[in-house]
Amino acid sequence: MNKEIVIKTNKLTKKFGNFIAANELTFEVYKGEIFGFLGANGAGKTTAMKMLIGISKPSFGDAKIAGFDVYKQTEQIKRNIGYMSQKFSLYEDLTVKENVRLFGGIYGLSDKEIESKSEELINKLGMQQEADKLVASLPLGWKQKLSFSIAIFHSPKIVFLDEPTGGVDPVTRRQFWDMIYEAAHNGITVFVTTHYMDEAEYCDRVSIMVDGVIKALDSPKNLKSENNAKSMDEVFLILARGAKRGE
Amino acid sequence: MKQLLTFIRKEFHHILRDTRTMMVLLGLPIVQLLIFGFAITNETRNSNIAILDNAKDEVTQKIISRMESSRYFDIDRSLTSNQQIESAFKTGKIKLAVVFQQNFQNELAHANKAQIQLIADATDPNQATTLVNYASSIIMDYQSELNQQNNLPYTINTEMRMLYNPELKGAYSSVPGVMGMILLLISTMMTSISIVREKEMGTMEILLVSPMKPMLVILSKAIPYFIVSLVNIATILLLSVFVLGMPIQGSIFLLIAVTILYLLCALSLGLLISTVTNSQLAAMLISLLGLLLPVVMLSGYAFPIANMPLPLQVISNIVPAKWYIIMVKSVMIKGMGFAGIWKESLIIIGMTFFFLFISVKRFKVRL
Repeated sequence: MNKEIVIKTNKLTKKFGNFIAANELTFEVYKGEIFGFLGANGAGKTTAMKMLIGISKPSFGDAKIAGFDVYKQTEQIKRNIGYMSQKFSLYEDLTVKENVRLFGGIYGLSDKEIESKSEELINKLGMQQEADKLVASLPLGWKQKLSFSIAIFHSPKIVFLDEPTGGVDPVTRRQFWDMIYEAAHNGITVFVTTHYMDEAEYCDRVSIMVDGVIKALDSPKNLKSENNAKSMDEVFLILARGAKRGE
Repeated sequence: MKQLLTFIRKEFHHILRDTRTMMVLLGLPIVQLLIFGFAITNETRNSNIAILDNAKDEVTQKIISRMESSRYFDIDRSLTSNQQIESAFKTGKIKLAVVFQQNFQNELAHANKAQIQLIADATDPNQATTLVNYASSIIMDYQSELNQQNNLPYTINTEMRMLYNPELKGAYSSVPGVMGMILLLISTMMTSISIVREKEMGTMEILLVSPMKPMLVILSKAIPYFIVSLVNIATILLLSVFVLGMPIQGSIFLLIAVTILYLLCALSLGLLISTVTNSQLAAMLISLLGLLLPVVMLSGYAFPIANMPLPLQVISNIVPAKWYIIMVKSVMIKGMGFAGIWKESLIIIGMTFFFLFISVKRFKVRL
């Protein structure tokens, strides 16, 4: 196989005192793929993701994001990734356009680029009417879509999505995944954590974390046949049965 | 640089869209100034007063010893000339000076008339009036006792001079106080709340993941509130000069420089608060209880520090507003130059660095 590796970790570990939140994670993610990062609450997904995006220092182990080291080159990493957190995180008291302009400015895009790209973005989302309205007035589904569009506004190499579809209705979720597909198609690697097992089916490959360890990592199809399961839901239940941590 | 400008513009959007907060920020100084300008009176005890006894005779000694036995005064007898009075006032060592004319006893015995001059520091007009009243009543008591023993009435004339604030305007004490309070409130509370809000909303996480430097985020938060505070200073000064009729005796540039110094101190305190809290509510409570209360109670603005119990007097030293208010009074009312306030400036600078040092330390731990 001749796939370009964009995320490579080796025994990446995070300890909080005696508690090992993420234990020796070793995996690779390829360019342009949709990589599902699954696990129950408390399994260590968010901790792992925070190490990858450079806001939490690993206790030990290595990781390279887009070719940059998570210890020494966090600045370059930040320039090359996009991030959407589980909490809705645009500014509610700014308008749609102002939010876009702000994040474009933060990532150092020129005014011209911001102007043309934001028009494109607004047209694509069908938000022409809402462009000058405050974000607070938008329905949640729209906010999420806007949030994603802003996360990939600066054309990052990788976009990290932390439970992006929480609390969104099925139709909007479907539309959201269409946007994810499109981004992946354009060469942006998508690293996504989720609770919804039907969404796991949409991923190219998924890893399942249980109690801080990666229990399985393969394509949904292979995982199902290995475990004699009909759906990812079953796979997850089989693997996560032994979990001790959780809510 | 462009990042910074984009971000500052965003902060202004936040501030200007929240009209209610905006009104409070700009209206508060006006209301405060007008209310506090007239309301507060205090009893004053153990005030430091100085005595210039040009006569040194039996009668003056008697009057002095009566003043000494009163619980209102602590007496300094070391003065020997008028010039020393002036400098004692400027350094703030004394609040009142009592000057006896030469040949006091002789004049009283032969002309039945003698002069005592009472000079008070009226930068705090309430205190000045109270002290002058205490002193004159002691003198009057003595005079009436004398008159009981004699047929010919003796008159001791007391002549009062209210230094720095001859018309006893309340504004003289409330303007520096309001400046100290408002600037601290707006700069500290608003900065800390706006930083903590980003944490609470989850947007701080997004900013930390972006190439935006954390220091830049904080700088761009501080600048808009710095500007709002400058607007407030302008309002307060214009109001006090044109409505309350209070002059600016010293250099206005020195006053502004000192104020900017104080603003930086307040901003770094706000930064410190934002690093130790994670919710807007907590930031607000800390700012209100931890700042507003000590500023009003301990800065010497509402209640004279000299009247406080010793532990509180010691604590009052760590309230930045105390030092700022002293500086504003010195420059604005007494017309002093930098030479007179360098000590206070140094203290404020020291505090600023202390706050910055701790918050930078804490900030790194968090990342």
